Amino acid sequence: MDVRDDKPAVDQDEIRKRQRSRATVTGLVLGALVVLFYAIAIVKMTGA
Amino acid sequence: MNSIAASPTGQTAPQAVYAHWRDFVALTKPRVLTLVVFTGLAGLLAAPGHIHPVLGFTAILSIALGAGAAGALNQWVEADTDALMKRTANRPLPAGRMDRQVALHFGVGLSVFSVLLMGLAVNWLAAAVLAISILFYVLVYTVWLKPRTAQNIVIGGAAGAFPPMIGWAAVTGDVSALPVALFCLVFFWTPPHFWALALYVRPDYARAGIPMLPVVAGERETRRQIWGYTAIMAVAAFAPILLRLTGPIYGTTALVATGIFAVLAFRVFGSRETDPSRMKAERHLFRYSILYLFVMFGAIALDGLIQARAI
Repeated sequence: MDVRDDKPAVDQDEIRKRQRSRATVTGLVLGALVVLFYAIAIVKMTGA
Repeated sequence: MNSIAASPTGQTAPQAVYAHWRDFVALTKPRVLTLVVFTGLAGLLAAPGHIHPVLGFTAILSIALGAGAAGALNQWVEADTDALMKRTANRPLPAGRMDRQVALHFGVGLSVFSVLLMGLAVNWLAAAVLAISILFYVLVYTVWLKPRTAQNIVIGGAAGAFPPMIGWAAVTGDVSALPVALFCLVFFWTPPHFWALALYVRPDYARAGIPMLPVVAGERETRRQIWGYTAIMAVAAFAPILLRLTGPIYGTTALVATGIFAVLAFRVFGSRETDPSRMKAERHLFRYSILYLFVMFGAIALDGLIQARAI
């Protein structure tokens, strides 16, 4: 753990807000990947 | 890695640097990505043969993720020098908005994922070239060449030249003369493009101790080399026409666009301006060089689409 006083303080509310937005984006990315992998699987199986 | 920041009450408390998701996007150098994706797409469209749109999309996505991963690893390596330059000081790592270890994990994870996605969904030749381009950019360019030699971007330019080849390989499963010619075009385009920028941000590079050509060899030599590499780039641009690998759209576009590039590069060659803030010719060449690559690869893609329709 390094000690640096020059970094800006980020309050807990801000951290929670970032956690929520990161969780939302991660969820969206994972959802998109599920759709993509499904589409790839269909294309590979049908040999299109 | 935690840091301690002062609380509103004046006391200090342990607090992790929790990056915003936008910082992860910034880590991938999104502006560079547009050019990478576009040249990769052009290579894919110019290739003879057919690829299912889903697999074509996956190939371009893999190229984008791979390039983004390389950008993230580049920023991880260069965090300290980035902090010294005005142009890069606000990136997530030098600005202290993200932990270095997080950036490293993100970069490595994204690299592995992009190569596996390309290999499993498209083909392993395209995946291998993608892996080589990531390793080349991170290890050969960023770690080895950039801090050591003024010719860093000449050899390092190869990293940015791979996408059209990957796009082509995604469709055909091989690499033939046209993708090699496209590789050469981007390879020889890189020095005049980067050195035009390096001329007017030279103080930044000097402060960061990066041996870019204007810093170690001076402005006159850089301008001479910009002109020299422009001539070689022109040969690479005309090679597909001479080898009859492309159609009339690329031929006409290459003649006009490369002609304008040569005029702008000649203006840089003839310039004696020493004040970076007044280097207009250099700024014009840098901006035009980006447009040039878009126009040239747009023409290649259009030619490929027309030829595919004619068959």
